[in-house]
Amino acid sequence: MDMIKVMNLTKNFNGFTAVDDISFNVGEGEIFAFLGPNGAGKSTTIKMLTTLLKPSSGKLMVNGFNPLTQQDDARRSFGIVFQDQSIDEELTAYENMEFHGVLYGVEKETRTERIKQLMEMVGLWSRRDDYVKYYSGGMKRRLEIARGLIHHPRILFLDEPTLGLDPQTRNNIWEHILELNADDGMTIFFTTHYMAEAEEVADRVAIIDHGQIITSGTVEEIRSSTSTSSLEDAFLQLTGRSIREENATSMDRMRLRRGVRR
Amino acid sequence: MIQTIYVMWLRQLKRYWRSKSRLIGSIGQPLLFLVAFGFGFSPVFEKAGGVDYMQFLVPGIVAMTILFTSMFTGIEVVWDRRFGFLKETLVAPISRTDIMIGRTLGGATISVIQGLVVLLLAFLIGFRPVSWFSILPAVFFMFLLSIFLTGFGTAIASRIDDMQAFPMIMNLLIMPMFFLSGALFPIDGLPSFIKLLVLVNPLSYGVDGLRATLTGVMSFTLPLDLTVLAGLSILVNLVGAWLFSRIEI
Repeated sequence: MDMIKVMNLTKNFNGFTAVDDISFNVGEGEIFAFLGPNGAGKSTTIKMLTTLLKPSSGKLMVNGFNPLTQQDDARRSFGIVFQDQSIDEELTAYENMEFHGVLYGVEKETRTERIKQLMEMVGLWSRRDDYVKYYSGGMKRRLEIARGLIHHPRILFLDEPTLGLDPQTRNNIWEHILELNADDGMTIFFTTHYMAEAEEVADRVAIIDHGQIITSGTVEEIRSSTSTSSLEDAFLQLTGRSIREENATSMDRMRLRRGVRR
Repeated sequence: MIQTIYVMWLRQLKRYWRSKSRLIGSIGQPLLFLVAFGFGFSPVFEKAGGVDYMQFLVPGIVAMTILFTSMFTGIEVVWDRRFGFLKETLVAPISRTDIMIGRTLGGATISVIQGLVVLLLAFLIGFRPVSWFSILPAVFFMFLLSIFLTGFGTAIASRIDDMQAFPMIMNLLIMPMFFLSGALFPIDGLPSFIKLLVLVNPLSYGVDGLRATLTGVMSFTLPLDLTVLAGLSILVNLVGAWLFSRIEI
């Protein structure tokens, strides 16, 4: 069964086409890498799959549910680690976990048990009562991954989960994710700019550029079709060497204006 | 559903309790108004007609505290958007109405606490309610007013992603609401066009309800105050829930 189905998906923002008529499927238990330069449409696609954005046209299925009409069923099906932080820094790590568990209707007993187990998995149990604002970037990421798993999702979306992390933390995070995939058959959908990472873990890869999928297949297939020796070379050959301008969202502009408080 | 509302409420209270500067800062302004206006105008009012101005002013200042605290609670939504936490609530399988109610109740509870602190300080400088039992209905009015204003501020905030625009828009609304509500002066002798503005200002009914319960003096009637505030509370929260369901990130 396909856990994710995308058919002719398009998203326009005031005349700009961020995602342009893309179609792909992700099978159950698959590790799927969604690659592309900045501004290619990766995050926009993830936002549509996770009910944060409405598509302009096209069809979507997540775990057999339509994110537009069966929102809550679709929402229960996935866990997500966003590209930018989404934890409440004024709460403790444990409180963030607890909050998530309650929102997803996980029973108290199960919740307590899973929170402990997940926080131990990512090595944060001893720091559970610290405010998140005192966490390092890597710790926050690990907490977000643990949090996304409390409700036992069938699919885990990871939007650049290892961005800005040191190799130790990166390896550690991937170990956990691969374990979940192997043990529970959890489907993994992730984006990354580290081609080696995709090469190593992904069962299948799709490369998107200017809102369109330019190629997809196993890493092997992509390498041989481009006659290159690494995914990085294949990626550069397919998407060119010019540096992309990413349209800043209003959020980013705001962030620049305000600088960082707290 | 109750659980969702409860955790949203609890989160806001925790954040409030942990931010001591917020706790103290939001009481400074009403206190200044109370002292400056109260002691400043008392002699004038006494000469004019023998009214005890402090008695008149305190319910207005309590309403003002609630006005500022409630409306600015909306900024939490803008914060959450800015710091990403909003996404966490938006991808959760919960109804947008519950999100709105949870936020409103959280903000309203904080407003009532602030209002009570100001009232307590007013007791210390000599304010006396008509009877001590009148505190209970007064708290009820404070809560109702808080629900309306928090819902109002939150609904507006759901459409704003600019941290700097929010306080400006709020001040644009808050200032006229405050000055044209009868919080500072009696509305009975006003010129008719100003009186009209006072009558369409929802805060007037909150001020009146508070003054009626605390001091026994009123311009409208309690059932009218109650109906206006309850009706508007339901309205802004319904609109807010609808606006939340339309947020795209």
